[in-house]
Amino acid sequence: MSAHDDDHAHGAELSETQLRVRALETILTEKGYVDPAALDRIVEAYETRIGPHIGARVVARAWVDAGFKRQLMENAAEAIIAAGLADRVGDHLIAVENTERTHNMVVCTLCSCYPWDVLGLPPTWYKAAPYRSRAVIDPRGVLADFGVTLPDDTEIRVWDSTAETRFIVVPMQPSGTDGWSEAQLATLVTRDCMVGTGLPTPDAKAQR
Amino acid sequence: MQQAAAALGGLPGDATGPVFREPWEAQAFAMVVALHERGVFTWSEWAEILGDEIRRAQATGDPDRGDTYYRHWLAALERIVTQRQITDDATLGRFRNAWERAADRTPHGTPIELRPDDFEA
Repeated sequence: MSAHDDDHAHGAELSETQLRVRALETILTEKGYVDPAALDRIVEAYETRIGPHIGARVVARAWVDAGFKRQLMENAAEAIIAAGLADRVGDHLIAVENTERTHNMVVCTLCSCYPWDVLGLPPTWYKAAPYRSRAVIDPRGVLADFGVTLPDDTEIRVWDSTAETRFIVVPMQPSGTDGWSEAQLATLVTRDCMVGTGLPTPDAKAQR
Repeated sequence: MQQAAAALGGLPGDATGPVFREPWEAQAFAMVVALHERGVFTWSEWAEILGDEIRRAQATGDPDRGDTYYRHWLAALERIVTQRQITDDATLGRFRNAWERAADRTPHGTPIELRPDDFEA
């Protein structure tokens, strides 16, 4: 059960880790706790359908629809489901809005709690110790690593996710994008924008 | 649907590589989602055990850069299913060894499948 198993220590085609995963899956299947076909469907959903494009549509909708935005800020899960923007959303999703005075950033200092339903699975850096520890003590330094510089008088709020409460950042709509369609706007909203480590810019699409 | 997803900002994980780096990561992830859906544990209970596994690994020298994340995930999964008495360490070990025997006797390139005699020591 060590975290340092050598994947290539065995002559067999299965690594130590693979053997452990297969053992678990066989036992859980035999006992009726999981169904291999259902596992495949879960994997397929997270590999192809569930991802930051969902959150991007939520943000873009909030930019063009003030009524939706109000609902989103009040109860994000309800608003997103009601608008048909996601199939499911965990109960306690909180939308936090960036303004001229406040920038929001999301971390999970404990492990990697993350709003899967709207952003997919977290990137490696979100799960890594440096981000988890530094986001709280030096958010400006972390933002600088991501190439984000904010005015000195902008307050940075860091939200620590838990398994029960997860956050999505609603960034400010970039200037020069008035009149853009919701679909066009959604292309500007990257995953990092919604974690608070990036800002949407009209050329974000080109940087992708 | 997938085309729409691509048009609206790419598929999950596009900026940092695939969502899962190896199939076992995906399987371990999916088992946890499925067990949670069945009500075996709450996300709070899961996060506590996963967080504890991460701290343990850090304490034994894992730099914890995110690439070992699913190893911690797997260790936490093994722990929670034994804790909930769905299985025990001895059974996990027996099935692990059976899969190893199955792999050993299976010619390269053919699917590895468990047979009853894989459980005979």
